[in-house]
Amino acid sequence: MAARFAAGDRVAVRRAFPPGHIRTPWYARGAAGEVERICGAFGNPEELAFGRRDAPKQTLYRVRFAQTALWPDYDGPPGDTIDIELYEHWLEPATE
Amino acid sequence: MATHDHHGHDHAPPPDEDGPLTYYQTMEIAVRELLIEKGIFGADDVRRAIETMDARDHAAGAEVVAHAWTDPDFREALLADGTGACARLGIDIGPTRLIAVENTAAVHNVIVCTLCSCYPRNLLGLPPDWYKSRAYRSRVVREPRAVLREFGTAIPDDVTVRVHDSTADMRYIVVPRRPAGTEGWARERLAALVTRDSLIGVTVPKNP
Repeated sequence: MAARFAAGDRVAVRRAFPPGHIRTPWYARGAAGEVERICGAFGNPEELAFGRRDAPKQTLYRVRFAQTALWPDYDGPPGDTIDIELYEHWLEPATE
Repeated sequence: MATHDHHGHDHAPPPDEDGPLTYYQTMEIAVRELLIEKGIFGADDVRRAIETMDARDHAAGAEVVAHAWTDPDFREALLADGTGACARLGIDIGPTRLIAVENTAAVHNVIVCTLCSCYPRNLLGLPPDWYKSRAYRSRVVREPRAVLREFGTAIPDDVTVRVHDSTADMRYIVVPRRPAGTEGWARERLAALVTRDSLIGVTVPKNP
């Protein structure tokens, strides 16, 4: 399955709050960062949690966020970062 | 505290767990009993699996780092494909994939799973209680430098702090910087400097 984004692409995490087994941390929703690497295609935990093992796999990315993009009052140098694993359906091209 | 003599152990007894079983405790017991009854495995197999899990420590993780410190080709392979490099040493990472992140003069890495307690158990053993605590999970992404200071680790402002949140199918190990004064050391001796916490990234290896 073709990956929608490439390493280096600017992406934003969907600002969505669906119920279920969601592995997208709340603190990253709505934030923009840069694809650090593509991890491969993996079972989608939102489907696996309900026993749907045949659901299509999702491309998993590691996205690097500036700490200052997540916490406006971050207490540290501007270069500090967090890398988070995110499934493709949670990402969209960054508009900023 | 001062009124009686403490002799090296904590006097608070473990909780008695007198409450009713939870839903999942009941389900675990029921499934386990059914599997034993059907002869899928025996009670001793369950006991042995728990014993093996409890006995695991960070020795494999320390061995991987000692290899990375002494073999440039292995270091490169480890950073490119953690799972594959560990397999070369006969270490099976399990169903998840390993990413090794390297500390340098410019970058310090630290690992967390904010959602639960994802941890590279095959390399590091069972996670420490603090790793699973809500305080660590919520604070290390928010104020990593303050958390590291509480572990006795002061990161200068000209060094980038990079937090890795294990939210999905990857597991992480930090490759710490090799301590100065260890030139020419054998791998076993180097591995003894690599502590569990230095592999999580909340501290650095022991000094020689």
